Amino acid sequence: MSRLLLFFALFLAFPAFAQTALPPAPYADRQLDDPAMEAKATALMHTIRCLTCQSQSIADSNASMASDMRSEIRERIARGEEPEHIRAWLIERYGDWISYQPTVEPILWPLWAAPLLLLGAGGALAYGRIRRRRNAKS
Amino acid sequence: MNKRLLILWVPLIAYLIFLVVASLGLNRDQQQVVQSRMIGKPVPGIDLPAASSMKPALSTKQMADGKPRLLNVFASWCVPCAAEAPQLAQLAQRGVRIDAVAIRDARPDVDAFLKRHGDPFQRIGLDARSTLQFYLGSSGVPETFVVDGKGIIRYQHIGYIGPQDVEMLMQKLREAET
Repeated sequence: MSRLLLFFALFLAFPAFAQTALPPAPYADRQLDDPAMEAKATALMHTIRCLTCQSQSIADSNASMASDMRSEIRERIARGEEPEHIRAWLIERYGDWISYQPTVEPILWPLWAAPLLLLGAGGALAYGRIRRRRNAKS
Repeated sequence: MNKRLLILWVPLIAYLIFLVVASLGLNRDQQQVVQSRMIGKPVPGIDLPAASSMKPALSTKQMADGKPRLLNVFASWCVPCAAEAPQLAQLAQRGVRIDAVAIRDARPDVDAFLKRHGDPFQRIGLDARSTLQFYLGSSGVPETFVVDGKGIIRYQHIGYIGPQDVEMLMQKLREAET
């Protein structure tokens, strides 16, 4: 019985991020009618960082700011704005921090160079092995 | 041969370095204060409806009127916003003009908030969907912007205004006069 009560008590609990009584913005949790536009918007939302629940994207976050931002993004996409333009608009206000997409800033050069370096090292290793085996055969 | 053996250790060492960096990174506090990049730029001009039945609406297009002011970003549902009310009242008493924007709020709630915590504001705009907040590069409530007489954002105070911040804000307002 007490377990049952406890179970129902769960429904009385306020969700942690219910910060405001206002209903969510129109396109916070509603997809755009055009699937191509919705795909664009979703792709962008997955790479925009939530300001409240940092380390989550706004697509994953329940924070009210994130839902407002989702709606803002969907409405802009619906008006024909390009995702990268919206990203630039956000970066202009919040800095690179808001975007999960790596930039080409010098600080990230090692990140871009690492795959090439590793590929090169692997290639050199494989080349050495093959040559040695060939030498051994002949 | 010796040299060869040494090379064999390189991947392990690289892996260990990665492990140390990654584990240090995991333990670091990830929550950080996100400063607006709009400092030094004009306040974005947006017309907002009145957030309270007792106060005029807010248009941020009319902020370049020659004298600095504070733009307080708050909400009636935000607890630290209530806690900073006495400090805002003190600033208003000292002649500071304070405009405000209520984020994701409703008029009856703002009215009740003003009745309960005092009303140091000149105008309050209702930002039902955080639009102005995004334009400002503001990342939460409460936040307070110092806007100079030309409508340029000069300073952003993130979080609650404590008693210790009043003098600092007065100083920022004086700096904004020049």
